[in-house]
Amino acid sequence: MLNAMRNEPVDVLIIGAGASGAAVAWSLADTKMRILCLEQGDWPRSSDFPSASRNWEAQQSEDYSISPNRRGLAADYPINEDDSPIKIANYNGVGGGTVFYAGHFPRLHPSDFRVRSLDGVADDWPIDYQTLEPFYALNDRMMGIASLGGDPAYPPKEAVMPPIPLGRTGEKLGKAMNDLGWHWWPSDSAIATQEYQGRAPCINLGLCGAGCAQGAKASTDVTYWPEAVRARVELRTRCRVSRIETNDDGMATGACYFDPDGQERFQPAEIVIMACNGIGTPRILLNSASERFPNGLANSSGLVGKNLMFHPYAQIRGHFDEPLDGYRGPPICIWSMEFYETDEKRGFKRGYSYQFSRGLGPVRTAINGMADGLLPWGEAHHTAFRRLFCRSAGMVSVCEDLPEEINRVTLDPRMKDSNGVPAPKITYRIGENTQRMLEHSVARGIEILKTAGARDITHRSPLPYAGWHLMGTARMGKDPRRSVVNEWGRAHDVKNLFIVDGSIFVTSGGVNPTATIQAAALYIADQIKTRIYDLFE
Amino acid sequence: MNVLSQSAGSSELSGLEQETLFCVVSHMIPSSEELGLPGAADPKIFADILRSAGRDLPALRRALHVLNEMARQRIDALPPAEQTALLNNLRSVHPDLAGVLEAVTVRCYYRDDRVMTSLGMERRPPFPIGFDVPQGDWSLLEPVRLRGKIYRDVN
Ligand SMILES: Cc1cc2nc3c(=O)[nH]c(=O)nc-3n(C[C@H](O)[C@H](O)[C@H](O)COP(=O)(O)OP(=O)(O)OC[C@H]3O[C@@H](n4cnc5c(N)ncnc54)[C@H](O)[C@@H]3O)c2cc1C
Ligand code: SF4
Repeated sequence: MLNAMRNEPVDVLIIGAGASGAAVAWSLADTKMRILCLEQGDWPRSSDFPSASRNWEAQQSEDYSISPNRRGLAADYPINEDDSPIKIANYNGVGGGTVFYAGHFPRLHPSDFRVRSLDGVADDWPIDYQTLEPFYALNDRMMGIASLGGDPAYPPKEAVMPPIPLGRTGEKLGKAMNDLGWHWWPSDSAIATQEYQGRAPCINLGLCGAGCAQGAKASTDVTYWPEAVRARVELRTRCRVSRIETNDDGMATGACYFDPDGQERFQPAEIVIMACNGIGTPRILLNSASERFPNGLANSSGLVGKNLMFHPYAQIRGHFDEPLDGYRGPPICIWSMEFYETDEKRGFKRGYSYQFSRGLGPVRTAINGMADGLLPWGEAHHTAFRRLFCRSAGMVSVCEDLPEEINRVTLDPRMKDSNGVPAPKITYRIGENTQRMLEHSVARGIEILKTAGARDITHRSPLPYAGWHLMGTARMGKDPRRSVVNEWGRAHDVKNLFIVDGSIFVTSGGVNPTATIQAAALYIADQIKTRIYDLFE
Repeated sequence: MNVLSQSAGSSELSGLEQETLFCVVSHMIPSSEELGLPGAADPKIFADILRSAGRDLPALRRALHVLNEMARQRIDALPPAEQTALLNNLRSVHPDLAGVLEAVTVRCYYRDDRVMTSLGMERRPPFPIGFDVPQGDWSLLEPVRLRGKIYRDVN
């Protein structure tokens, strides 16, 4: 800090240009405040995405791997995940995780905000579904969500575009669900199914998880960011923030960061907004410890980094005699909320959703087939491969993870990133309730696949490389002793510091979080605008 | 064996490592006359494998080293049945290392034009043409609608 070059001050400094950083930047742009976002990665280049190359599957093990530790690119920071059965997946660059996400876009359910009152576990959120409802709807329009209205698992919501195709896979699994009398519905998907605000419609490349070369998938580099930049938000890439500085009044004064040349700079700001995700945000807050905040910034509760929640996944897949969609089409096609709400008879509290998925490319078919013992080495390889390829379908269960303080992000005492900033260390174990949920979901998943007529059914539980939902590490709440930010996202301890990413989740629900992360970010931006004249009181 | 010397310069594997890997991939995916398919030891495919280990190179080296240790001699000097037994043993004792051998092999094998064609795939990247996926029968949702609301009231 002492030697850092000092930049021109800004009104609002946003750190992280992912799902939430983009939404908050766009929403605040109409205030005409001077807004700057610092992002450690670069703009993704869609022409470099794997689907534009013959090498599309192999590239997903290299620069387009979902694991930052495997990628090890300049934009990535290392993560010590040795003490976790679930490994971290992310993307560090403009768009954040949305560049790699599948675009499966469920909302939380009304009950998710009331788990303590309804089920006696964890805590209630200080806000509810109704609070977020208008922001969910706004976000659906901004991101361009494809869906089918009338899902009986949700309060009514508007469909922005027609849903993604069921395909042969959705039909096959949907019929099985009907035979069992269980809920299913086409997924809300952050995928344009028609021309939408300059985005081309989906052409079924099937590679949403490695960046959409078509630009049909709603990653924030093609949704919010172009609008925010047009509205004069400045986005500076390849700038990695190391810490937030504070003054004697306990207010944030700005952030120290490393510019693209590795030069340390100080960016003064009136308001600082953290949007670095459930791992990146506690990492920076903990690294911002000072004399005044010895345990890290905004950490008088001791809860910064604690209550890390992932959504442990189980995967259940089977094979069919007739060809299905294979590697074509958005991989996830339908969901089920049959086991979402608590039913004590199942032996666990809360529940899970299923996301049903189409098939795999030939490389992934071979790798999984060999690992599962379905694909032999030697003469029999070719015939066995033909029984698997384009004939597989299945589901993953997205299990609600309850907050537990022992599951946490801390600073690794030794490991550092390329700028010398301490790496985060993950300590995580799967709780008993979640374990029972995983087992239930495997058993029901097998039942569904058998009903659908599948053979060669396999399962993995928990799915190890599935730490893509990062929540809970700077939770929201009214009580400063039990939470890090208040009910509108402002840090209890630092009155001009806000957090808008997945860290603020009080509970995880049993669905993918991004719709809720962005709705909450829009809600917090709205609160900042509404309270602008007494924001720091 | 020609391919080994041909591709030696383009790989970071030593000669012994390359020979061991060649033996492994020949066992893993042999050619099929019946289907008109090359095996993974086909010169073009094997050269691709040698070039493409990428981030798996250190793990691949480890796997080949362990295999050679288990063989106590050059694996390709063993009779074929013993080679098979040794590879089976590696797969059961070190499934993680076997997984690396499999991954580096199939990532190249299943992008070979001949192999893709035989699977009915077009020899092109997915983008920009894309693929067709049928809409499916939306009337299947009727029973789900009829069952009515399933989310929990909170008030
Ligand atoms: C493979 C994969 C599949 C997924 N599928 C789905 C899905 O189908 N549905 C769903 O809802 N969610 C999915 N997700 C999760 C989704 O991507 C995240 O929930 C979402 O992106 C989180 O938003 P965020 O704003 O909290 O953080 P992110 O989007 O992760 O953004 C954080 C940003 O902050 C930047 N940053 C971090 N630290 C610093 C620093 N020190 N200085 C500067 N910049 C920094 C990062 O580079 C990054 O760009 C998936 C994620 C992955 C990786
Ligand atoms: S399936 Fe659609 S959204 Fe996914 S990568 Fe392809 S074009 Fe993009």
